[in-house]
Amino acid sequence: MSRDKKVEKKLKEELQGKKKRNNALLASPYIIWMAIFIIVPLFMIAYYGLTDKENGSFTLANIKLILDPVNLKALWLSIRLSVISTLICLLLAYPIAMILRSLNMKRSSFIVFIFILPMWMNFLLRTIAWQNILERNGILNTILSFLHLPTLNIINTSAAIILGMVYNYLPFMILPIYNVLIKIDNNVINAARDLGANGLQTLLKITLPLSLPGVISGITMVFVPSLTTFVISNILGGNKVVLIGNVIEQQFKVVNNRNAGAGLSLVLMVFVLASMALLSKYDKEAEGKSIW
Amino acid sequence: MSDRKLIDLVDITKQYGDSVVLDDLNLYIRENEFLTLLGPSGCGKTTTLRIIGGFETPDKGKVIFDGKDITRLAPNERQLNTVFQKYALFTHMTITENIAFGLKIKKKSKQYIKDKIDYALKLVNLDGFGNRMPDSLSGGQQQRIAIARAIVNEPKVLLLDEPLGALDLKMRQDMQYELIRLKNELGITFVYVTHDQEEALTMSDTIVVMNQGYIQQVGTPEMIYNEPKNAFVADFIGESNIISATMVEDKLVNILGANFVCVDTGFGRNQPVDVVIRPEDIDLVKPEDGIIKGRVTSLIFKGVHYEMEVMANGREWLVHSTDLSPVGSEVGIRVDPFDIQIMNRPESEDEEVVTIDEP
Repeated sequence: MSRDKKVEKKLKEELQGKKKRNNALLASPYIIWMAIFIIVPLFMIAYYGLTDKENGSFTLANIKLILDPVNLKALWLSIRLSVISTLICLLLAYPIAMILRSLNMKRSSFIVFIFILPMWMNFLLRTIAWQNILERNGILNTILSFLHLPTLNIINTSAAIILGMVYNYLPFMILPIYNVLIKIDNNVINAARDLGANGLQTLLKITLPLSLPGVISGITMVFVPSLTTFVISNILGGNKVVLIGNVIEQQFKVVNNRNAGAGLSLVLMVFVLASMALLSKYDKEAEGKSIW
Repeated sequence: MSDRKLIDLVDITKQYGDSVVLDDLNLYIRENEFLTLLGPSGCGKTTTLRIIGGFETPDKGKVIFDGKDITRLAPNERQLNTVFQKYALFTHMTITENIAFGLKIKKKSKQYIKDKIDYALKLVNLDGFGNRMPDSLSGGQQQRIAIARAIVNEPKVLLLDEPLGALDLKMRQDMQYELIRLKNELGITFVYVTHDQEEALTMSDTIVVMNQGYIQQVGTPEMIYNEPKNAFVADFIGESNIISATMVEDKLVNILGANFVCVDTGFGRNQPVDVVIRPEDIDLVKPEDGIIKGRVTSLIFKGVHYEMEVMANGREWLVHSTDLSPVGSEVGIRVDPFDIQIMNRPESEDEEVVTIDEP
């Protein structure tokens, strides 16, 4: 290598090093944010979850709390209710997203806006509103008895909680599916029709597989908050329906045992991560793959 | 190409809201014909193709295919296939799965599908690409897969919607020859949509020039180029000098004050007309030998020829020539009689776009 080339190479390397340093500098606010609000809390949960309340020594007792029949029952109910809510959200959201796709831009963005609008109101407020509607002497039953129809008693049941989950999380299912669907070239759908596929075949073989990334991120965005919620079950379930979220909340706020709460949180986290790992297997080209 | 009509479009009208995209269009396409719908964007060429393919329904009129009315038939029930703009391959499937799609829907046997895929991949020169994903192919390769995917279904007609639009120049030229070869090998009808006049002239048996929802002219590439029916066609196909003139008598036309001998008859005495002269048909000669005199005002080297502008009788004349005349030099202009194309001048705006039936 001639001297000139060596100098050139050195200059290039220096320049690249400078660039890298600049990039690191630009990313630093995010890295600091991550450290303070994500990494540190995670370590704190892990620390509390794996130590004894009295003497701070290492123990698995907090984790083993999940084997308590009451907690196990709560976890199982949480999983069941969040799977059901996720499925209902999916079945509602997919047709809605398909309809939105078929509308012209101006109208579909208006309808998307309508779906997002309730999210501008406080989450608690919305859920309390449902409590008022579903109560024994609430709005729904007042109307039903006025019409001389049998009244419904779904407040403080699993049904009320599912309703609350679906109502609160439906937009999180619609938006990712809609976002993927509008990116599918109309001509791809036309090509399937052109090659002899009828409407149903086109949906099953082309539209659905192509929209899978949106479906997967929709499922994640509904399933995870449903699995961990305690607010919805508090308000719409009274004390009658206890989810794993409520158990953890009580450990922190009523029993005042943060070690037990953190231990159970760790168990729940394993379930969340497992479900996401399972989903990502079906979603090799998913938009949310950065999570893994 | 046989003389049998395969597709007949009868009185097709299509409107989107207030804008009329196609107005009372009549056109037939013959068996084994390479027919090109040519025009600027918004002229209705793609809409015409989509109506044939079944992706649009005309507001009025009928689509007759092989003697049967297919106007209301869904795309999957028509015996034709489409090659779409930007390929429209199924990105979640391999090349093999893409090509097999139509055959699997029709429940063909595994062996039949395999044979067909092998044949189609060979036909488009992409042998051995079967297990790749569409995204790993270049634009030209993807386009050839789109063609393979369509032709394995043995359509009677292949519809092509600006298939080369997304390719670079060199690739586009290669694909033009490829398409001609494919058409000859398959012996089926091609209906091709493009805004590229060179593509149309190179490949077509018949060119249909469209503008603003009307057919301007139908004819062979030579007819369209040499005898444009109106100023729009002359302007759209190649470069040309379009000049207002007066027909003095049969075979004599007065252009900007000078009489030129031409070959057209039957226009009537002192009839105002439009004259089209292609830039390569103008001969620059010594000033005293020319019919009119002018001065060269600009000169550009274009590779194959020089492009010059000559100011003569109050007008810039566009001239293409392999011989150079320097800027500022005085030249004479001559045009051979058969190189002067006379057209009726439209008397009103409405007349400018007219429906013309196929010759």
